Amino acid sequence: MKRLTLILVFFSGVTILSAQECDKTLTGKVIDFHDGVPLKEATITFNNKTIVTDNNGTYTINDLCAVSYAFTVSHVDCNSQVFTIDMSKVTTKDFYLEHHLNELQEVKVSGENHTKTLSSQEETIDKNIIEKYSNASLGDALKEITGVSSLNTGSTIVKPIIQGLSGSRILIMNNGVRMQDMEWGDEHAPNVDINVANSITVVKGASALKYGGDAIGGVIIMETNRAPAKDTLFGKTVLSGSTNGRGGFLTSKLTKAYESGMFLKVHGTLKRYGDVEAPDYVLSNTGIFEKGFSASFGVNKFTYGWDVFYSFYDNEIGVLEASHIGNVDDLFNAINSGEPDIIRDFTYDIENPRQEVTHHLGRVKYFKRFEQLGKWTTQYDFQLNNRLEFDIRRTQELDKIPSIDLELTTHSITSDFEFDSSEKYKFTTGALFRYQENFADPLTGVRRLIPDYEKYDVGAFFTVEYDLKENLILDAGIRYDFNHIDAQKFYLNSRWELRGYEEDFSDIVVDRNVIGSQLLTNPVFDYHSISGTAGMQYIFKDDYEFRFNYALSQRAPNPSELFSDGLHHSAARIELGDLRIDQETSHKISLSLKNNNQKWGWELAPYANFIQDYILLEPVGTELTIRGAFPVWQYRQTDARLLGVDAKVYANWHTNWKTDHMFSLVKGQETEDKQALINMPAPNFNNKITFAKAEWFDFTASLESQYHFRQNEFPPNIMVFSPSRGQDILLEINTPPSAYHLLNFDTGMKFKMGDESFLNLGFTINNLANTTYRNYLNRQRYFADDLGRNFLLRISINY
Amino acid sequence: MNLSKFLTVFSVAGLILTSCSSDDDAPAPVSEEEVITTMEVTLTDGTDTVTLRFFDADGADGPTEPTGTASGPLKASTTYTGSISILNETEDPAENVNEEIEEEADEHQFFYVTDDLGISTAYTDKESDYENASGVQFTSENPVGLTFSLTTTATTGDGMLRFVLRHEPTKDAAGVSGGDITNAGGDPDIDWTFDISVE
Repeated sequence: MKRLTLILVFFSGVTILSAQECDKTLTGKVIDFHDGVPLKEATITFNNKTIVTDNNGTYTINDLCAVSYAFTVSHVDCNSQVFTIDMSKVTTKDFYLEHHLNELQEVKVSGENHTKTLSSQEETIDKNIIEKYSNASLGDALKEITGVSSLNTGSTIVKPIIQGLSGSRILIMNNGVRMQDMEWGDEHAPNVDINVANSITVVKGASALKYGGDAIGGVIIMETNRAPAKDTLFGKTVLSGSTNGRGGFLTSKLTKAYESGMFLKVHGTLKRYGDVEAPDYVLSNTGIFEKGFSASFGVNKFTYGWDVFYSFYDNEIGVLEASHIGNVDDLFNAINSGEPDIIRDFTYDIENPRQEVTHHLGRVKYFKRFEQLGKWTTQYDFQLNNRLEFDIRRTQELDKIPSIDLELTTHSITSDFEFDSSEKYKFTTGALFRYQENFADPLTGVRRLIPDYEKYDVGAFFTVEYDLKENLILDAGIRYDFNHIDAQKFYLNSRWELRGYEEDFSDIVVDRNVIGSQLLTNPVFDYHSISGTAGMQYIFKDDYEFRFNYALSQRAPNPSELFSDGLHHSAARIELGDLRIDQETSHKISLSLKNNNQKWGWELAPYANFIQDYILLEPVGTELTIRGAFPVWQYRQTDARLLGVDAKVYANWHTNWKTDHMFSLVKGQETEDKQALINMPAPNFNNKITFAKAEWFDFTASLESQYHFRQNEFPPNIMVFSPSRGQDILLEINTPPSAYHLLNFDTGMKFKMGDESFLNLGFTINNLANTTYRNYLNRQRYFADDLGRNFLLRISINY
Repeated sequence: MNLSKFLTVFSVAGLILTSCSSDDDAPAPVSEEEVITTMEVTLTDGTDTVTLRFFDADGADGPTEPTGTASGPLKASTTYTGSISILNETEDPAENVNEEIEEEADEHQFFYVTDDLGISTAYTDKESDYENASGVQFTSENPVGLTFSLTTTATTGDGMLRFVLRHEPTKDAAGVSGGDITNAGGDPDIDWTFDISVE
């Protein structure tokens, strides 16, 4: 694999000339720090002179004076380094350069061939796309990637879906830290501010074992830029405003770096929108108020470095008021009426039902490089996630108290060593220790949906990359994880009996006489998970790349799957977990074949994912209460298979004209009875035409067409008893909405403002035709249409 | 920072981590706020009393099927005085949920829905009959429906009578103060249908 580098040129200003005799000679070699290999064609620059090393990496500099010189040593595959040498004392000197600079990708030119894994399907979005979505969420931006869709609750709660899988099957790495933000709930969006990241990579499967073994769906890796080792101050501010939601957004980043390797970075984000609007009406109570802040400082040296990072995220999200339903009759009426039953005038106020989530993340990281060996990295991270869900309750006093108040605290220590000194092999090995504690506040006055628990995770992995030939690389890895969960869970006596837990779990009962006909139990479960991967990358005919990957992955059930029990007020459904739920095991085979050249390029990426004991949540019936009947959603395990393909093509038709085409399809069904799986993304087909002219201040304009097919494969609907009608009715809870087509327009220009600064102007129109549509993967599709037309103006300044 | 300093920070972090563990205190059970186990509708014509009783031992959260029973048939062509009592009997003594409704009388309203047997109903209370949580009497005159009257006609047979308590209804919407649920909106706190008969 070729590695390109930027050569940074440093100026030498240390030399002091004097009238001494200048007959000194300096000889030595330029050597790769990692593997000790001499580097040929390295350059040594001083006082406008340049010396080049020979085939053995050797150099000789004649006619030097007996003073100090600053030599800038550069090589095409390395970062340049400056060495100051006093020629009155030294006659020989070997210079060591960092050949395998593994943060390279973060300063690389886009389009460069760097990836997180060698053999699995993956794709990266760069800072330009992140900027385009800076006012939106992670889940929105990732939809630029083929095969990534989202599970929405309205337009503001967006959970990414990778090749049909979401939630706990997707692992999100935020600046090197695995997010622990209660990803188990359908209406729990990732608690990350997309503006922290400079690049986001999606690995579509479990093969990035370094990050975790349970990523059956995939891994999302958000990364920031590495601060350069030079005296500099730079930053960026993005300001945007939208008509739909009548709100705006501001984010600012600033980086201060020193030649010594010291750096300081800060970032802040503020986002405020009112009610958003469908083409025909206001979606009442859909405002959002988001605040994000992060700061980091540290030292980034060649041989070692450390940093301290802290980020804070707070989001208050209104939930469509019409989606608050009382019972199954309301749901039935909502599905059949086609219009929300509560439509008010536009407002910025966020009322109940609403969510308020805060996430604190702190990290301390240290790395050290060892000559001719590799790099050791160790980090400790701390996360505190608090989730409050406020609901419409029986009295106004109760409305002020959240119905759900969960506090999740996580401490993790990870350490890994990357052995990268060999040209042919690269080994990485590492370990993880994690402690997590969940506290459910009893003052909510609502029985806990997720119980108090303590959890310990221990993991270890080993991966290897082997360059078999110049164009053929093999990779493989194995990982073991141990999870131990110790919960304190109250059950209603009646539920305990009905689920048959008395027969199977009577030994975990701690107290049988808890107030309110309840019993207290202490479920303790251990899970041992093995994951592994093997694959190859083969490059042929110069511009073709073929990848093959097999990944085995095991995921232990999350607390929601095990312990959910009772009425989830904000979802107006009874959710039932099952203590008997065990790990799910996935075998995924993925292929990718791509060709990129000047004229055009394409990629075809089919995959098959066979999941044993796949855990799913589905409607099974209703339970009758004084408030009417509520739908019951129950977790169940079944063998499933997901087959799909992601495809894309681009073509440069003319200097200024380019088109992009993306298609993705996934079919999920239960292996045994071929029944369709719930919440599988419908096929979609995107086409985009772009006009770009660099002479007109980097002018670009594009028109995008998104066609979303109807999902024709879905599980059967359920018959429910309607008390008010006194009869059974068919509740079309699973029927997907119709296909739809959206048009989006985007244009931008870039103006230079001085040497380093420039200003970007962007203008976007989403849903240009103001099309009325509903999305199968939006949980509010029962109640209201999706977003109408939106004009968005964006100004960003880099300085 | 050199390695030893880093390791110091690291071990402090480790201490914080270990000191958080082994917290085996049993959590406090939640005293659930919105449980309704019992609704009793008492209908009396001065001589006889008919009681319609809803009972759900484990509340809305529990799987036990609730039951609705009528103590006996209503008489034809009779006007009854009705009152509703709502209790949470998971607490001892039982919690009287009527108080909560009375304290927010302006945010709640009952509806009695039936198309059967020519039965008609009318409200006999209004918001100004009740006091809010700070003991101040409401001044508004909209109906609440904790008490009502029910009149049967000469038609006899079996029928259904549905009791709905709406939270935050639009009380000034057309027909709502007269007991028509169509435009009421709001959320159901109670929605239960009894099987009744008139003899």
